[in-house]
Amino acid sequence: MTINQSGWKPEIAVSGAVLASPTATGNRALMLEEPLIFEIGGMERTGVDLAEAPAAPNRLGGMERATPIGLPGLSEQETVRHYTRLSRQNYAIDLGLFPLGSCTMKHNPRLNEKVARMPGFADLHPLAPQSAVQGALAVVHELGEWLKTLTGMAAVAMSPKAGAHGELCGLLAIRAALEARGDARSVILVPESAHGTNPATAAFCGYAVEDIPATLEGRVDLAALEARLGPDVAAVMITNPNTCGLFERDMKRIADAVHAAGALVYCDGANFNAIVGRVRPGDLGIDAMHINLHKTFSTPHGGGGPGSGPVVLSEALAPFAPLPIVEKDADGVFHLVEEETAGADHGQNFGRMVAFHGQMGMFTRALAYILSHGADGLRQVAEDAVLNANYILRSLEDVLDAPFGGTGPCMHEALFSDKGLAEGFSTLDVAKGLIDEGYHPMTMYFPLVVHGAMLIEPTETESKAALDQFIMALRSVAERAKAGDEALKGAPWFAPRRRLDETLAARKPKLVWEEVGGLAEPAAAE
Amino acid sequence: MRYLPLTDTDRRAMLDTIGAASIDDLFVDVPAEAQLSAKIAGLPDHASELAVERHMAALARQNMAAGDGPFFLGAGAYRHHIPASVDHLIQRGEFLTAYTPYQPEIAQGTLQMLFEFQTQVARLLGCDVANASMYDGSTACWEAVAMAARITKRKKAALSGALHPHYAQVVKTMSKVTDYTIADSLPSIQPKPDNAGLIARIDGETSCVVVQYPDILGRLPDLEEIGAAARAQGALLVVVVTEPVALGAIRSPGEMGADIVVGEGQSLGVGLQFGGPYLGLFGCKQKYVRQMPGRLCGETVDAEGKRGFVLTLSTREQHIRREKATSNICTNSGLCALAFSIHMTLLGEKGLRELAALNHALAVRAADKLAAVPGVRVLNDSFFNEFTVILPGDAREAVRTLADRGILAGVSLGRLFPGEQALANGLVVAVTETTTDEDVDALCAGLKEVLA
Repeated sequence: MTINQSGWKPEIAVSGAVLASPTATGNRALMLEEPLIFEIGGMERTGVDLAEAPAAPNRLGGMERATPIGLPGLSEQETVRHYTRLSRQNYAIDLGLFPLGSCTMKHNPRLNEKVARMPGFADLHPLAPQSAVQGALAVVHELGEWLKTLTGMAAVAMSPKAGAHGELCGLLAIRAALEARGDARSVILVPESAHGTNPATAAFCGYAVEDIPATLEGRVDLAALEARLGPDVAAVMITNPNTCGLFERDMKRIADAVHAAGALVYCDGANFNAIVGRVRPGDLGIDAMHINLHKTFSTPHGGGGPGSGPVVLSEALAPFAPLPIVEKDADGVFHLVEEETAGADHGQNFGRMVAFHGQMGMFTRALAYILSHGADGLRQVAEDAVLNANYILRSLEDVLDAPFGGTGPCMHEALFSDKGLAEGFSTLDVAKGLIDEGYHPMTMYFPLVVHGAMLIEPTETESKAALDQFIMALRSVAERAKAGDEALKGAPWFAPRRRLDETLAARKPKLVWEEVGGLAEPAAAE
Repeated sequence: MRYLPLTDTDRRAMLDTIGAASIDDLFVDVPAEAQLSAKIAGLPDHASELAVERHMAALARQNMAAGDGPFFLGAGAYRHHIPASVDHLIQRGEFLTAYTPYQPEIAQGTLQMLFEFQTQVARLLGCDVANASMYDGSTACWEAVAMAARITKRKKAALSGALHPHYAQVVKTMSKVTDYTIADSLPSIQPKPDNAGLIARIDGETSCVVVQYPDILGRLPDLEEIGAAARAQGALLVVVVTEPVALGAIRSPGEMGADIVVGEGQSLGVGLQFGGPYLGLFGCKQKYVRQMPGRLCGETVDAEGKRGFVLTLSTREQHIRREKATSNICTNSGLCALAFSIHMTLLGEKGLRELAALNHALAVRAADKLAAVPGVRVLNDSFFNEFTVILPGDAREAVRTLADRGILAGVSLGRLFPGEQALANGLVVAVTETTTDEDVDALCAGLKEVLA
């Protein structure tokens, strides 16, 4: 077994010449290659010590496993080393600015991690008697009250597991409300610039999806929207601030037109960070909006989740909120409204969309974040997020094309296009060049309405010095892309991997490891 | 504000660079009537770390944690010991504070972990392939039903009566809007699962049969019999596993013919957390891979020929396919998948088999002790680490009374199936490696008093 599975050897340029300079391991000092657990683990090796099972008859009813599973084990030290080495191949917000537009990669305070791990929250069963979980129900309720107040909405559904699940919740509530008035409708309108989850969610709910065009200013085309509204339209899904980083100025007029046509307004709240504390979506006529706790309220993204997507609802949709619901009695006791207790007050609920109560581990973190900021701090969050984004927009618009830069300020994210890059150079090259400069790239090729889009969201937790350094780095990469620097097309040169062959991965999918010769204890010596 | 690095001097300098007189100039696109002129009234201002920690700790203390006394709750969420290194490793900032690995050159840590996770899950479930995770077991269950409908082009699902009722509720919520027909029932209160009743609900229109294994009462249904009946009608077998530790002791669903296997991975590495975040496991046969929901990580090479990993087959997904995607899922349970994978690596084959044997032996001994309590009857013929006891009266009352005495006795069927009188006396009792002899004795003594 070799550590360096593919036999790659580093090269070193000496006096301009490239020399093959193999290290025996394929490692480059602190940049360490790491095999798969299936290549280093063994069926007999383990990192746990368990009590011996007491003698007892077998009651498995003839279902005993007869074949090995094929799970390699490692000792604790080997395990710690394996995952620590893997971790060092990742970029992360803890390492530096992470400007992924629409993803709100802000600092993740460690107090929130500590709070979520308090045994009273972390070691709590979801089906424990309600008398035993009053503090947990209080957290759900307290966070829900904050979310309602911050958005100016009537009700909140806490159980959705992530943003897309929140979209599903909102559309299910809209559908239930329409059906309750005997007015089933079949179409959801979605702007071209929307996140892919919006049309996917609408389709998942059984609706036909139609695009609404954008204006040349990057906003929803109100006239086109009004022309399309009719008795078949159930709802409009709008992202505000939108994915071009712009506030939908006509939001209230859009909502009024949608309501006049008998439809409802769903708002994708992915970008709530830009307006928290300064604008209440409830004042704009919105009927449902999900809030990504893992964006605006800083619960960690964890390399792809978990998220959490509570949905705030208008008076019109409140009766249709899903179960369970946490309520506070007049005497201060919290209780769960579930199927048997929904009764008259919540009799129109659309049902249950997840097994238990939602992402409790995210609720504790988000509540700690909100309490840390308070009403004054949250307003400052929005202002600093918008300030940082505009600073980037104005500091780079001389070198990168800002398609909407001339129309006014942006909100929380700055949008550039690939216009002006040298022939044959693309947004991808700029992104990969940024990797060599030590940054995670911006969101690329989204939104779809801008050619070669580069969407940069710095968030409020970056200092001016950090922004200045990022601006310097991106300016340099952009200038190289405009000058046609061929070296950029090979970037990244210094990352743990060079550009990866995604076509090969998709054409011949290899999704699980397959052993050659079976798993066994590796030989003691190599 | 300790998380906000800009000073007023910075802000002034930045506004000058932008060419704005004040921050309000940057919000000009927001209509004035929609803007709040000051912070929202009636809410507290920012607070110190100490103050927030105190507030949260006070709320945490109002809960009775699993470790606070004898504890026997399961029914879809299980308390297992999590090795200390798991939580240490998932708090590495490079894992905790990374995003979905869209830039694979600087996300190989997450991607290699996901490839290892997918392999571990596929092997555990007995499937050819597994994805990079779903939200939880209940949403994975619905996704399996929807996937079976896409594959078979049929819209009728037969659910076992002994499927977790919350999972069945989730399926029904979604079925209302997708025009699926759901054929289900209540669980039979019998020592063996009601395979015949389930098979009778399968017909030529059925897309899939959904069976939980072990089931909500802890019993172990024979999946081969159900799978054969499904295949005979052109339907798929979907198996739901809410306790993955069981698969260290019992045959995998895949080897018994399951087409799609979904599960709740919370038992390994994740913890109870009052119901979330949890970890949806999703595996299937190779031939169905392009109909799978969620992210998939695959192996490839980089420009120099080095092995590397990327997210792949994304033409199934919402960010590419939009309304034609197989699912709307985007963010999944990445960090929970990491915790699961680390715990599984620490266990290995040997550790998982031993852990499963220990759970089963302790559960058998506990069942025998409970059966000796006057008035208590153990229902199950077969079980892994969870079984159902029938009390002489309403089990919900007994659970409440025992909770007041510091004993969390189990999950009553009245809580799971409210209003069903025929089930009201049932209590589902889970026993894991965290359960001590003293805990079991306390439960037996408590029940004896309550039932006296």
